[in-house]
Amino acid sequence: MYGKGLRALSIATVAAMALALSLVFFYAPLDAEQGFLQKIFYLHVPLAIVALCGFVLGALLAIAHLRTRDPRWDMRSYVAIHMSLIFGVGALITGSIWAKGSWGHWWVWSEPTLVSFLIVFLLYATYQPLRFAIEDPERQARYASVFAITAGAFVPLNFMAVRLASAYVHPRVLGSTSNLPGPMALTFLVSLAAMALLYATLCKFELTAKHTRAQLRALRRRLLGEIPDAQARRTRSAAPTLQPGATVGTQAASRTAL
Amino acid sequence: MSRTVAALLRKELLVELRTLESVPAMSLFAVTTFVVFHFALNRSVVDGDLAAGILWVTLLFAAILGVNRLFVADADQGGFDAFLLAPVDRTAMLVAKVITLLAYLVVLELVAVPAFGLLLLGPSIGDALPDLIGVLALGDLGVAVIGTLVAALAVRTRARDLLGPLLGLPLLVPIVIGGARATSPLLASVHPTAPAARWLLTLGLYDLVFGLIAYALFDFLLED
Repeated sequence: MYGKGLRALSIATVAAMALALSLVFFYAPLDAEQGFLQKIFYLHVPLAIVALCGFVLGALLAIAHLRTRDPRWDMRSYVAIHMSLIFGVGALITGSIWAKGSWGHWWVWSEPTLVSFLIVFLLYATYQPLRFAIEDPERQARYASVFAITAGAFVPLNFMAVRLASAYVHPRVLGSTSNLPGPMALTFLVSLAAMALLYATLCKFELTAKHTRAQLRALRRRLLGEIPDAQARRTRSAAPTLQPGATVGTQAASRTAL
Repeated sequence: MSRTVAALLRKELLVELRTLESVPAMSLFAVTTFVVFHFALNRSVVDGDLAAGILWVTLLFAAILGVNRLFVADADQGGFDAFLLAPVDRTAMLVAKVITLLAYLVVLELVAVPAFGLLLLGPSIGDALPDLIGVLALGDLGVAVIGTLVAALAVRTRARDLLGPLLGLPLLVPIVIGGARATSPLLASVHPTAPAARWLLTLGLYDLVFGLIAYALFDFLLED
């Protein structure tokens, strides 16, 4: 079942988030140069890292989809990229706020990480329009997977190219955790873990919701005695839908598979 | 494989020669864009970074015109179906289309680069030409590979004219970075120098990686 373990995962996420936030506000020392403002680092960097890892995860799931042709892999790839886009918006906004606070501008072109993140975000922003523009669900899934793999490979390449292009690297607090003092590094790692848990929980939530909706639709149709005809009732959407008829039939199989 | 590619290439070039659909439009677009840049920037001559930027942006947008048209005839007039019926390797189509787009870009640059030298560029283009050809060749290869992949991805969607550029531009940003950075020292008005090797390396590496990605994924776009 999709919903299995969701409660435990949610509780773990809430606990980790609470721990991370209390570490951020009560344990981590104030930064000597930036003061309180630097605390946004514990939110911004984990958001960005989790979003980028989610994009790459979406590419790996898309590879699994192209290899097996199982629509459930496409669904997972879609959810991973969808959630990463939301996290990406968060990373861009917090990054902007941080840039305004420390450098005085909402946008700074000399910060290569921020610029490459924007380019990656703009590329992934076309993922849903691409899906939406293809009607046939099988082809939509296949083309979306091709896009997801291309874009997933583009993520590291783009970071290398933009980093090369920036004439100098801005003085910055982030980078690797090795140059952070101990308490800061610990707080950062806990924040990162909490953010990754949040990502996993939200992904699982979305998968469960989509699965439940498909099951509900199939059950209602069986109650009304309709012939299951997924194609006729399918509304146009960017999100993949699991075929309801197939879901009920292979429920046992999907239970073991998941 | 090479015979299939040759046959497909012959067909592509013949169609283009007979219809003159893409290349004249691309070249005209590039020349018009230089005029637009002249008025928009209010400059009669440009050099260095600005010149490199104008040249690459113009070539890029002109290339997008060609990319948008690349598979339209195949999708609308049954070219895909005919190709899929033939017992040949599907990669042949990728190779043929990349070479076609590359040929379009070369013709485009034969018009656009002299026009740029004549209309906007301050320093003489003759001195920069040998190095410039090398940089353009590396950039063109990347544009051709990414353009073909993106065109194949976008052509059978409802909003293909919109999706092509939207998908393509972010993917082409590293090419613009490498191309413009490599070109700008060539077009400097004082002491033009050869491009730094790292930009050529960036372009070459990017071409190679996207060549492999396109080779691996193109088959999946041609299944129905």
